[in-house]
Amino acid sequence: MTVSTSSTTGGEPRADLVTVTIDGVEVSVEPGTLVIRAAEQAGVQVPRFCDHPLLAPVGACRQCLVDVPDAGNGRGFPKPQASCTLPVAPGMVVNTQASSPVADKAQQGVMELLLVNHPLDCPVCDKGGECPLQNQAMSNGRGESRFAATNGTKRTFPKPINLSPQVLLDRERCIVCQRCTRFAAEIAGDPFIALVERGAQQQIGIAEDAPFYSYFSGNTIQICPVGALTSESYRFRSRPFDLVSTPSIAEHDSCGAAIRVDHRRGTVMRRLAGDDQDVNEEWITDKDRFAFTWAKQDDRIGYPMVREDGVLRPASWPEAFAVAARGLAAAKDAGGVGLLPGGRLTAEDAYAWSKLARTGLGTNDVDFRSRPLSAEEESFLAAHVVGSGVEGWKDGAVTYADLESARTVVLAGLEPEDEAGTIFLRLRKAHLAGPLRVLAIAPFETRGLTKVGGTLLPTAPGDEPAALSSLLGHADHGVDKDTIILVGERLGLVPGALSAAAELAAKSGARLVWVPRRAGDRGAVETGALPGLLPGGRPVADAAARVDAAAHWGVTSLPEAPGKDADAIVASAAAGGLSGLLVGGVDPDDTADPAAFRAALAAADFVVSLEVRATDVTAAADVVLPVAPPVEKAGSYVTWDGRVRPFEAVLHTPAALPDCRVLAGISEELEALGRGRRLGFRTVDEVRAELGQLGPWDGEAPAFTPVAPVTGGGEGLALATWKTLLDDGSLQDGDKHLAATARPAVVRLSPATAAQVGVADGASAVVTGDRGSLTLPVEVEASMVDGTAWVPTNSYGTAVLARLASPGSRVSVKGADQ
Amino acid sequence: MTDTLTPVLTEPWGVDRSWTREVYESRGGYRALDTAFAMSQDDVIAAVKDSGLRGRGGAGFPTGMKWSFIPQDASTEAGRNPKYLVVNADESEPGTCKDIPLMMANPHVLVEGVIIASYAIRAHKAFIYIRGEVVHVIRRVQNAVREAYEAGHLGTDIHGSGYDLDVVVHAGAGAYICGEETALLEGLEGRRGQPRLRPPFPAVAGLYASPTVINNVESIASVPSIVGNGAEWFSSMGTEKSKGMGIFSLSGHVKRPGQYEAPLGITLRQLVELAGGMRDGHELKFWTPGGSSTPLLTAEHVDLPLDFEGMAGAGTMLGTRALQLFDETTCVVRAVLRWTEFYKHESCGKCTPCREGTWWLVQNLARLEKGQGSEEDLDLLLDQCDNILGRSFCALGDGATSPISSSIKHFREEYLAHLTHGGCPFDPARSTAWASSQQEVTA
Repeated sequence: MTVSTSSTTGGEPRADLVTVTIDGVEVSVEPGTLVIRAAEQAGVQVPRFCDHPLLAPVGACRQCLVDVPDAGNGRGFPKPQASCTLPVAPGMVVNTQASSPVADKAQQGVMELLLVNHPLDCPVCDKGGECPLQNQAMSNGRGESRFAATNGTKRTFPKPINLSPQVLLDRERCIVCQRCTRFAAEIAGDPFIALVERGAQQQIGIAEDAPFYSYFSGNTIQICPVGALTSESYRFRSRPFDLVSTPSIAEHDSCGAAIRVDHRRGTVMRRLAGDDQDVNEEWITDKDRFAFTWAKQDDRIGYPMVREDGVLRPASWPEAFAVAARGLAAAKDAGGVGLLPGGRLTAEDAYAWSKLARTGLGTNDVDFRSRPLSAEEESFLAAHVVGSGVEGWKDGAVTYADLESARTVVLAGLEPEDEAGTIFLRLRKAHLAGPLRVLAIAPFETRGLTKVGGTLLPTAPGDEPAALSSLLGHADHGVDKDTIILVGERLGLVPGALSAAAELAAKSGARLVWVPRRAGDRGAVETGALPGLLPGGRPVADAAARVDAAAHWGVTSLPEAPGKDADAIVASAAAGGLSGLLVGGVDPDDTADPAAFRAALAAADFVVSLEVRATDVTAAADVVLPVAPPVEKAGSYVTWDGRVRPFEAVLHTPAALPDCRVLAGISEELEALGRGRRLGFRTVDEVRAELGQLGPWDGEAPAFTPVAPVTGGGEGLALATWKTLLDDGSLQDGDKHLAATARPAVVRLSPATAAQVGVADGASAVVTGDRGSLTLPVEVEASMVDGTAWVPTNSYGTAVLARLASPGSRVSVKGADQ
Repeated sequence: MTDTLTPVLTEPWGVDRSWTREVYESRGGYRALDTAFAMSQDDVIAAVKDSGLRGRGGAGFPTGMKWSFIPQDASTEAGRNPKYLVVNADESEPGTCKDIPLMMANPHVLVEGVIIASYAIRAHKAFIYIRGEVVHVIRRVQNAVREAYEAGHLGTDIHGSGYDLDVVVHAGAGAYICGEETALLEGLEGRRGQPRLRPPFPAVAGLYASPTVINNVESIASVPSIVGNGAEWFSSMGTEKSKGMGIFSLSGHVKRPGQYEAPLGITLRQLVELAGGMRDGHELKFWTPGGSSTPLLTAEHVDLPLDFEGMAGAGTMLGTRALQLFDETTCVVRAVLRWTEFYKHESCGKCTPCREGTWWLVQNLARLEKGQGSEEDLDLLLDQCDNILGRSFCALGDGATSPISSSIKHFREEYLAHLTHGGCPFDPARSTAWASSQQEVTA
């Protein structure tokens, strides 16, 4: 009798798999698989505490003991084995608690011992209800405590101690599984917590002068299998069984980390890392975890407002739409309307902005870039970025997995630990696992670069083009087709730098990726919130592309005049050109010239602001339309690698409308006034459907227009600056404990430069630029390039663009007492 | 009976200034070195294998076989890595007192052994990890190493052989767990002393992730005599599977406690006779063959051969030949409680059974010692031991259960007597060293 091969298995059985028998069930697993995970495939959950699939095995808690009557060589182990440290071997026979009384007793014994010194404070413990110790004590432990029955005395500690301003440790709850210390040492590379003392007194400790400062510290709380680690933000705030959990996507950077948002009665209580092997694995930054209170501050706008007699007064939505539409229509007739949506929108909302500009207000004057920008950058985005990696469009784009398999990663204008934490963690993982070489074109060796084992190519601001060009055929740092070049959005400010990166990629075969800072940046590129791009990468300058978009939108034509970029919109409005401004989530201090931006707001005849909270823009606006923060709306972020990350609303607040709904309301009133055509959608689902029908542009992408580098420095020091992960950003408002873990603001100088300007390490120095002065402590950094000063862009009190220097300008440094 | 003794390592202990190079060399020291250098490294390993020398640190693993595990194939990464010899001189087991007096009285025999062993495994760097509390011993070994350098026994081109060796004397920081060889390596590398996951085994990836041999002081110190006198000389001593001589350290209620070097297989009866017998008017009640981690035995076991097989046959271990002898004045419950307190104090905390188990064992034993509880608590105690033995990360947890389970096995009635008596039926003063049979001490 022949056995027919079933076609449902979907492929040949793989010869390299290892077959073991677990509780009588044969399973075939990858070589090297640990028994504890092979058991999962056999449908058996072996209880465990110290084991974590993303951490190196340690075998400390001994909870996962199993009986191994045959190690695969015909001989068994005389003693139960920890299944979390034992790799499978062909022919191995394993009996877990499900079939072996020995394993079951061993596990019950360890569980009993774990509870010897564990307090019975589950009713007041934050972990109670979602606690692996509590759950597994119920499933694999004994009901009555023999320790308590024999009047045992538990070890106690004073409660709790701060490991950092945010993370607290209740030592008596700790079962010293070392998950937290291993995470800190292995995953984040911030080994600021370690075991101290021994025996039952063994505990997690910090050095007195080195608290647990890590951008990723919150992950230790999440992977703690007991309630030993808690956050100041969440401790004693709620019980897990009262929470409603919703999967979502973090709004703080372009990484698209999966998160879980837990809310109770309309209030978000906490956020946790989601589990997405393709993106963030199981880790998120502390910003993604703790920075969610910003949407619930007192200055949240609760209703539409219109300006009457110089004062904003509440208005109904219909009235506000009508007033906004009348004002915009008039402004359109007078001098035109510029649209500044900002970089934090969902792709759906950005699409609404893009479409309203073209079909409602008849202009290409729309630019999401609410920060310093360049024409070179826009050309680069149109030629090299739009569409890449978006599913079903341009394949072969770089993914997170590619970062792990690349031989070389070049970082230019990008500090991943500060600006894209998920990328940083992938680079560190790749560095620890294999031969990944990271080359950073940066002014100094950051802590993040050290942690990914990177090599610094010391580069002063402005010299990036030459540094990039030098990598071609470089004796030590040559790049090839197994190289990935990650360019941060900052690089666009250096004339010729993106051109040099594009040339390097073209000549070496390396792959080139643009990593923006904000969650909405990439989605705004894809949906055409740029003066030169329509949605789907359709070039405004291409008549066929305009016709294609117009046909989809049911309009006869689209504006063909080249649009103004954000800087030009601001300049025009300030000079009396553009008469109206429609502004989204833009902080004037983020823009290239904050003073000019404020002047434009003052000069414009009519300003409409779509905002979550009161800002300088809402204060100057004629109509204020409150929009929903991400937690209260559905949408999608497009990540740096072109991944579309949809999410649904966590909180359903009737009064909070997404931008697309608000803009639809305006467009309908505009249509009623005979200006343009209504957007034709009102909900996020309708936008998604329309985006799906529109699809990408299949014609020629516009050619990139290279820009020549500018040589020559000037007086004073070059200014290097970027935003640190935790700083004064308004999306971190409301969590003082998180804020306290931010790295202190300093001015970094090389030893030679510090000596030259006469300041010492730790001294106070005054940094002066064309827009003002900042007083900061000096940090002398040995790896820093000479003639350069580094200052965080927006740490507490260091709003560089508003208070120190214009983009690309130079600064001077002197001692505070000089 | 004195001819039962075979002083080799202890032979010069009585000589004036026995610890100096001058005295050591005048008695034939450092000559085995030249014998070894005249042999190939593999022949040295073969000689040690042939001698039947088994590890003197307690486990009894054949020393020559351990050396032969070191990968020497230059086509593999491990084979290309540097090799290290590490001497485990962290003698901390309660009752064990052989390595410390050996290093005190005859440190050069250890240094000579280190050179020969390093030569055999092709190491150019050796470490002697000495228990941190014994500062006087550390100084003495440091001095011996300095003297050896001065005489050209260490350094470059030793004795013109072309072989180079540096020796580092390292002081521990006071942790019993660092006697566990992988915890010792952690400590040597400057990290927290906790045992490592195996595999990889130290022979492949030990110190600084390189092939490493870790041997006990006495094992290494035995090597010069084996090389000097030949493997047959060594294997002519001892029993069939436990060859050679070893230092037996007797402590407790014997008249002349101390170190007695004799062939393996000698009996406790012979050793007690050598030590002048038990205290006058008292008789042996129980004893440990190899330190507190080896299950204790009673007077009925005094004629068993003290070798690896003889002790295993009695359900215990030869261990470090740390013979602690207790007479009938001693409360076994109290003695076991003291040992258990030691393990609780020394548990490194890495794994649950040892960390939490020792914490609980002490409490349960203390209750029993005070006469509280019931006979069921004895079964609880045994069940606790069952949940620790073989469930811990390393052997420390196993060792902690030995005195308890073996004492309940042999002296269950005495435990029960505590319960019926409402406390300890013994007068602790009678077991003290200053108590004599004529002079009753009252509390």
